[in-house]
Amino acid sequence: MSDKIKIQVEDVNVFYGDIQALFDVTLDIKSKEITSLIGPSGCGKSTFLRCMNRMNDVIDGCRVEGKITIDGENIYDADKDPVLLRARVGMVFQKPNPFPKTIFENVAYGPKIHGLASNTSELREIVENSLEQAGLMDEVKDRLNDSATDLSGGQQQRICIARAIAVNPEIILMDEPCSALDPIATARVEELMGNLSNNYTIVIVTHSMQQAARVSTNTAFFHLGHLVEFNATKQIFTNPSDKRTEDYITGKVG
Amino acid sequence: MKQHKTNTELIAKSLKRRHRKQTRLKYYGLFSVLLGISFLLILLGSITLNGYTAFQQTVIKVNVKIDENHIFGDDGKVSQDVMYATNWDGLAKKAFRKVFPEVTDRFQQRKLSDLISANSGYEIQQMMIDDPSLVGKEIEIWVNASDDVDQFIKGRLNVEVPEDQRRINDMQLSWIQTLKEKNIIKKTFNTGFFTSADSREPESSGILGAILGSAMAMVVTMFLALPFAVMAAIYLEYFAKPGKLTDFIEVNINNLAAVPSIVFGLLGLAVFLNFFQLPRSAPLVGGMVLALMTLPTIIIASRAAIRAVPPSIRDAALGLGASKMQAAVDHVLPLASPGILTGTIIGMAQALGETAPLIMIGMVVFLVDIPTGFTDTATALPVQIYIWSDSAERAFYERSSLAIMFLVLFLIGMNLLAVLLRKKFEKKW
Ligand SMILES: Nc1ncnc2c1ncn2[C@@H]1O[C@H](COP(=O)(O)OP(=O)(O)O)[C@@H](O)[C@H]1O
Ligand SMILES: [Mg+2]
Repeated sequence: MSDKIKIQVEDVNVFYGDIQALFDVTLDIKSKEITSLIGPSGCGKSTFLRCMNRMNDVIDGCRVEGKITIDGENIYDADKDPVLLRARVGMVFQKPNPFPKTIFENVAYGPKIHGLASNTSELREIVENSLEQAGLMDEVKDRLNDSATDLSGGQQQRICIARAIAVNPEIILMDEPCSALDPIATARVEELMGNLSNNYTIVIVTHSMQQAARVSTNTAFFHLGHLVEFNATKQIFTNPSDKRTEDYITGKVG
Repeated sequence: MKQHKTNTELIAKSLKRRHRKQTRLKYYGLFSVLLGISFLLILLGSITLNGYTAFQQTVIKVNVKIDENHIFGDDGKVSQDVMYATNWDGLAKKAFRKVFPEVTDRFQQRKLSDLISANSGYEIQQMMIDDPSLVGKEIEIWVNASDDVDQFIKGRLNVEVPEDQRRINDMQLSWIQTLKEKNIIKKTFNTGFFTSADSREPESSGILGAILGSAMAMVVTMFLALPFAVMAAIYLEYFAKPGKLTDFIEVNINNLAAVPSIVFGLLGLAVFLNFFQLPRSAPLVGGMVLALMTLPTIIIASRAAIRAVPPSIRDAALGLGASKMQAAVDHVLPLASPGILTGTIIGMAQALGETAPLIMIGMVVFLVDIPTGFTDTATALPVQIYIWSDSAERAFYERSSLAIMFLVLFLIGMNLLAVLLRKKFEKKW
């Protein structure tokens, strides 16, 4: 575990039309660690997550101000291409959203559009490697040509993770990846995140404080669009410095 | 407690009234549905009753012998000049009159000749050209009866009225009786109806020309409307920035879908024919006009289909670093295609039944030749129906009913296809 900073967020404000969703958020995300974002519903966690791969660009009327640098480069610079950025910053969504295609096609899509494989055997290797990393290979190796939508919810979510890994990103953003999963599937995904954090920088939004406590090194607590507290996870959960954080983690609000 | 009881009583009292009202409304609804269905059945029934007889055509057997000097030139080969110079009509009539050698009066002879189709000579000529080895031999050929005889045989001609008020006189009736007794008049399947184009003579007219004209126009419509509509839909859904201009475009697409079709015909006349000088009466232009007309329908259907694809699919692709276009083409369009196809088929079915815009660009033509290309002069099925139903002869009426049956059949087929497609590709995600 290094102390190298991967993502630097400075004074980020986000607006949906005239409504401000995030206020002056500043924080640093460390390389190859898991950082969790917690806070009550509607406090801007997803909005913040989407800032880091510019998925907010797709939302009509959404405006992002401030500076976000990855490895020292501002991703909002005029000459930066969001398409390239999203190849470096993968995303896993709240609800498993595999393409209604085969398992193989799902994982192969990213490498294909980015031209990461020069022939089919290379592509196959990438797909198998990604499924392996997602801990899914044993379960699906005999049915790579079956539809991904026929899998269980937990398996679908891990397909989505494998699909993100296949592009070989540096950062993986996860927006409540376990909220649609049962406890067993959740445990598998959490275990997977632990393994992945050796190679990837992971930012995860979660509404489960136990999950944040279990998987992450650092935790950020958001409230009404403000970053209230950002600290080592242990610190946040045992000795929060802000009253609002304390109320939230002890279940008084949210 | 007392209050509670009265409430229950009140509700119970009003309940009866409410149930009665519901029952009444239910029957009103049922009545409307039945009324609609019965009108549809009456319509289809009357068309079928009027048209089914056109499946058959009355024919009369004639023995002819065609001399070589009617076909071959000096060099002994089939000669166009010689054939044109030949009075095939006369040959046919003469051959037919041999059945009644006792008729010698000129006027009566003409009445006799009227029993066979005025196109019989042409039929014999075609037969000789197709098989020159028949020349010089005595052959028997079944030629079409004239439309009046045909209608009489089919029982569609009232002969109870005074002689001077009907199209077949008593003498002709007796000749027909003789033909029947000699067994040289019969009804056969009306092949000609499916293999020829229009004709002045009802008995020689067919719908093949009109069907081909419609088919070619539909092909043009499809290849123009579908790609343009899908591209427009993708643009509006994915790329257009919301604003005044986009709103304006949206409103106008919806307005366009409600514009009367004849206006599109006028537009086609002014733009395609007068300005661009495209050929008149051609399926190419017909298809272009119908494409303009169908475009808004398909755009609206395509946008709805694209919007029905969950945004999570698009987000998944974008999140992987796909461009908007890649997300649309690789993932959204395949999922939206059943909806787009359904919209297209329904739009095409509308276009297939359109008459007014085709009339405006001159596709209302009397045409004996079957069109062979997109720029040939052609007519379309609904226009053919319009032309025939406007003709005086009863036999055309019968044929226009049969043509309507086919048009309705095509429309039902297309709508069925749309339903099946929707059923088959309905996907869960
Ligand atoms: N697409 C959008 N358009 C308008 N407002 C939005 C949109 N997405 C989120 N918001 C608003 O931004 C705020 C933060 O939302 P979000 O980031 O989804 O919160 P969280 O993920 O923490 O529940 C909320 O008030 C929400 O209503
Ligand atoms: Mg959220």
